[in-house]
Amino acid sequence: MPKYYWEDFKPGTVAVYGPRLVTREEIVAFAAEFDPQPMHLDEAAASATMLGGLGASGWHICCLMMRIISDGYVLDSSSMGGPGIEEARWLAPLRPGTHIRVRSTVLETRASNSRPDMGLTKFLFEVLGEADTRIMTLTTTQMFGRRKAGAAA
Amino acid sequence: MTFFEDIRVGDTFALGRHTFTAQDIKVFAARFDPQRFHMDEAEAARTHFGALCASGWHTAAAWMRLMVDHHRHMVDAALARGEPVASIGPALGFRELKWLKPVYVGDTIDYFSEVVETRVSNSRPGFGLMTIRSAGLNQKGETVISFLSTTFVERRQEKP
Repeated sequence: MPKYYWEDFKPGTVAVYGPRLVTREEIVAFAAEFDPQPMHLDEAAASATMLGGLGASGWHICCLMMRIISDGYVLDSSSMGGPGIEEARWLAPLRPGTHIRVRSTVLETRASNSRPDMGLTKFLFEVLGEADTRIMTLTTTQMFGRRKAGAAA
Repeated sequence: MTFFEDIRVGDTFALGRHTFTAQDIKVFAARFDPQRFHMDEAEAARTHFGALCASGWHTAAAWMRLMVDHHRHMVDAALARGEPVASIGPALGFRELKWLKPVYVGDTIDYFSEVVETRVSNSRPGFGLMTIRSAGLNQKGETVISFLSTTFVERRQEKP
């Protein structure tokens, strides 16, 4: 049975998940498979780019965030997936050897109009590096099963 | 490769296609998004998805790979013609990303990107900013993913 249902995510709730060490090896492995641009693959080539040195693919940062929140609460929840991402901003490079954490803030929550067994929760996720540098911010709505199916709102 | 000045709103790129196998879907999910509907056929059958389906991040990452390959082909062709090549910077992020339909085992997704806005960069005078809308369509013609993203593209020459 899931530990967390839609009802458990209250607006204003803040939680921090992680840390996770991001290695050079995994940055390069992700890039080689999904985003083989020099700035994600090779230090010398990366130093000549706007990133100013080797940094993770922005999509890799998204995936690492997903894994951290999965281990943090999603896998213990009644998650039904998500319809999308409102906005993601890549604010600072994610360098090899950084310990990252994810700070989540519940922004709002509402019952589903179409499904009485489901609710929607909007989150702000901030991927934080050393000294709380914000590497990425992302807002998204996730769908969760309800502990008690309510009337359609 | 085209410089910022060569890019027109409405320019569209067909990036190619990717087929999602059960093995691919599970390997990706085990690394990044190990929810039951991305990891196991029997578990997925008991959810509202009804069958094993790819992580939305996997659907997005497959677009990125095809976009990078497409760009590399354009760069190689420009170099072969002896033309200068514009550098592109990192993306600032993305917005309005919608996962509209699940991507199931065996689905083949065709990816496209279209230029929707261009503007000069205030922070980096040698660059412009290009916003594209990207989409992936399955073999039934249904859009499974759509999003907007903005990237730096080098200008042909810096304004004095």
